[in-house]
Amino acid sequence: MMDHLEQLENLSVHILREAYANFKSLGMLWSIGKDSTVLLWLARKAFFGHVPFPLIHIDTHYKIPEMIEYRDRLTREWKLQMIYGMNEDALSRRQTFPDGQVDRITCCRLLKTEALKSTISGEGRRYRFDHEKGDYVIDRNTDAFTGIIVGVRSDEEGSRSKERYFSPRDKENLWDVGDQPPEFWSQFKTDFKPGTHVRIHPLLDWTELNIWEYIERERIPTVSLYYDQGEGKRYRSLGCYPCTYPIDSESRTIGEIILELKSGKLKNVAERSGRAQDKDDGGGLETLRRDGYM
Amino acid sequence: MMKAEEEHISLAIVGHVDHGKSTVLGRLLADTGSLPEGKIEQIRANCERNSKPFEYAFLIDALKDEQSQGITIDSARVFFKTKKRNYTLIDAPGHIEFLKNMVTGASRAEAAFLVIDAEEGVRENSRRHGYLLSMLGIAQAAIIVNKMDLVGFDRSIYERIVTEYTEFLARIGITPLCFLPASARTGEGIAHFQGSMPWYKGPTVLEVLDTFIKEEPPTAKPFRMPVQDIYKFTGFGDSRRIIAGTALAGSARIGDEIVFYPSGKKGRINTIESFNTEARTEIQAGQASGFTLDEQIYVARGELAAKAGESRPRVTTRLRINLFWLGKEPFRKKTEYILKLGTSRVAVFVEEITRVVNASDLHSDTDREMVERHEVADCILKCNRAVAFDLSQDSALTGRFVIVDDYEISGGGIIREALEDKQAWVRDKVFEREYKWERSAISLEMRAEKYNQKPTLIIITGQKNAGKKPVAKALEGRLFSDGKIVYFLGIGNVLYGIDADIKGTGNKREEHIRRLSEATNLLLDAGVIVLATAIELTRDDLEIIRTVIEPERIGVVWTGDPVTTDIPCDLIIPEPRNTEESVSLIKTLMQDRGIIFRPW
Repeated sequence: MMDHLEQLENLSVHILREAYANFKSLGMLWSIGKDSTVLLWLARKAFFGHVPFPLIHIDTHYKIPEMIEYRDRLTREWKLQMIYGMNEDALSRRQTFPDGQVDRITCCRLLKTEALKSTISGEGRRYRFDHEKGDYVIDRNTDAFTGIIVGVRSDEEGSRSKERYFSPRDKENLWDVGDQPPEFWSQFKTDFKPGTHVRIHPLLDWTELNIWEYIERERIPTVSLYYDQGEGKRYRSLGCYPCTYPIDSESRTIGEIILELKSGKLKNVAERSGRAQDKDDGGGLETLRRDGYM
Repeated sequence: MMKAEEEHISLAIVGHVDHGKSTVLGRLLADTGSLPEGKIEQIRANCERNSKPFEYAFLIDALKDEQSQGITIDSARVFFKTKKRNYTLIDAPGHIEFLKNMVTGASRAEAAFLVIDAEEGVRENSRRHGYLLSMLGIAQAAIIVNKMDLVGFDRSIYERIVTEYTEFLARIGITPLCFLPASARTGEGIAHFQGSMPWYKGPTVLEVLDTFIKEEPPTAKPFRMPVQDIYKFTGFGDSRRIIAGTALAGSARIGDEIVFYPSGKKGRINTIESFNTEARTEIQAGQASGFTLDEQIYVARGELAAKAGESRPRVTTRLRINLFWLGKEPFRKKTEYILKLGTSRVAVFVEEITRVVNASDLHSDTDREMVERHEVADCILKCNRAVAFDLSQDSALTGRFVIVDDYEISGGGIIREALEDKQAWVRDKVFEREYKWERSAISLEMRAEKYNQKPTLIIITGQKNAGKKPVAKALEGRLFSDGKIVYFLGIGNVLYGIDADIKGTGNKREEHIRRLSEATNLLLDAGVIVLATAIELTRDDLEIIRTVIEPERIGVVWTGDPVTTDIPCDLIIPEPRNTEESVSLIKTLMQDRGIIFRPW
């Protein structure tokens, strides 16, 4: 008799293995947040302790420093193939919201969506962690990824609730939400036209609560930013520091976070309520997501 | 044992467009206090800004273009909780254009509510969705007769709909769980009663929700696990050879003998592997797992693992199926498609379209060349290689498939019957052979590593006098001098020796081919690259060879003009200039396929 978390885990593992069997050039986005870290853990479940494809991090330069430290620590400890990319052009021209040149949505589009697109296609420069040197070097491999595993969940916001497990993106990375392929019986879209790619979403059925329950059950290491350090504040969702605000909460442990989600004041508050860009996008991420945002 | 409050069930809401599915769902969320703080206020404010009346459906139709059109385009998932358990509610679109999205949503559910508008009555998609629920294998369905407020909560109107729809469902062999009247707009009958329907004594929608039974994986059935992959992470310093997949039915323990189909190969479970768990001794239906075997046999993705001593899956190349079609282009007779069944993926040819049914009025045609979008059909498919499966009525999860057309999943269906094909007699002998096979302690992999080559049969075929034999012999010479273990197998050598007992006794061509293949199979097992020639190899010949020898280990080369074959070739040399050039081309093919090493 399996409980719900085990069922979720089994389906996610199955999806990861289908992706690995069908996509020669596969990568996994790792935002350092709780969801994509659970995803990374599920990959280790699926491949018996290994992660047989590169992890991709999109570096906006505005991530909270602790996130980057944590990324590199796990990379070393778990022997991960770690790659990061960024929008070097926008950063050098200071086309960012913190620099006051563009609004939040445009900043997200430039530093995340555009950076993601060019990192996937190989047109943008990629930096790879060299385990021998213990540091990042320019990655000589510029092949396009054809499968990208992403930790989006359908309970996060409206447009994500319509996603497929295997979701096609055209040459421009556009998501045609009105015309998605059918998907049923654990058979997924694994055939794709040259020049296009597929986003794979193993966490679609997980809720925020499931994520924390699983982190607790599996004892997955997470960033301390999620917990109150005595200031009465903690992050519920992690992003760039200019657009992500901590919430008022005194949860210091995973157990306390779970309790807070189940019965406390967070029971009926949206998870991404600390993300300013969502509000600027008419209450959803739809405009950003159609354009290729995770 | 799980705590009841932790039970989780997925439920779909289906029905004709505008019959109020999203409103039922929105009302359920609102009346049970399941919405995030401020959500209703936010939507109300949005409506005021755009000067349109507030609707509960807007809670669900999160996408902008849906709100403007007032229809659900794609299935949305909503998480929801009652006192009894947790739910994922899937709001499926009712518009005919979005039937593929309804199928996507409903297929993820264990039970369904089908919504019918009391004023409009039973419509085309009320029926079509009912039909598809049964094909998708959703056994539990309750029917909500919604918008009772528009017909003055009239009992006779409700009962007329109950009678009409019950009759329709009976024709396709479905018995609904129950019918219930409601008005999602006023809230009547959803979470509680407000007194408008004193004649109705049954449960509310919310109460019925909690009576759906959670589906459990079929652990009592024979063991079935489609092989997803074989992992050997030597790059990570891990020497385990793990056969991975999700068990769909039954269970298997360490020490059990596992047989893989269609190949018939077998081995015993040595260990059950997992990461960050206690040591496991058993695999159960529903688990994504992996195991190692006591012997290093060659199995590949696409095979179906079963347990020796339990009922065998069916293995054939011909299937009688029921299909529903969602493709942009019609599904045509005498056309080739890709079939995905379990983890196998094979090319199929549509041999026959026996009957086409309109899923909404049950009208059927027997004389059709194609199946149009949204229709349902009975067909016969011919696969280009054998597949392993169960009949849908015996084991639903291993008896269903999807069809891929032009990169897209375009239809799905269930297998009704395993039909005889021309190779059945050969296959029976192969199963027997594999079952009795005495395995050497030296595995195929060890030999391949030692000899630095993958044992493969290369068949060079073409018209008479196309110079096949000289090419084969020159290739043998070239590979031999490269240091390969290679053997040219002359057909005559088999004909006058191994086939001496049947030589000249009428038309024994198939038996000749079978024996030739078996002799080759021994050489391949010894790690050898085998070269053979055949005059105009036919599809039937090749199918026998592919039944005896794993298709991955066969390469077919056609040489000479004209190309008079319909068999799938790995290489065609239409105008061979000379033997040397042909040899180089075949050698390149062997390097491309990783049969032999390419220096750079």
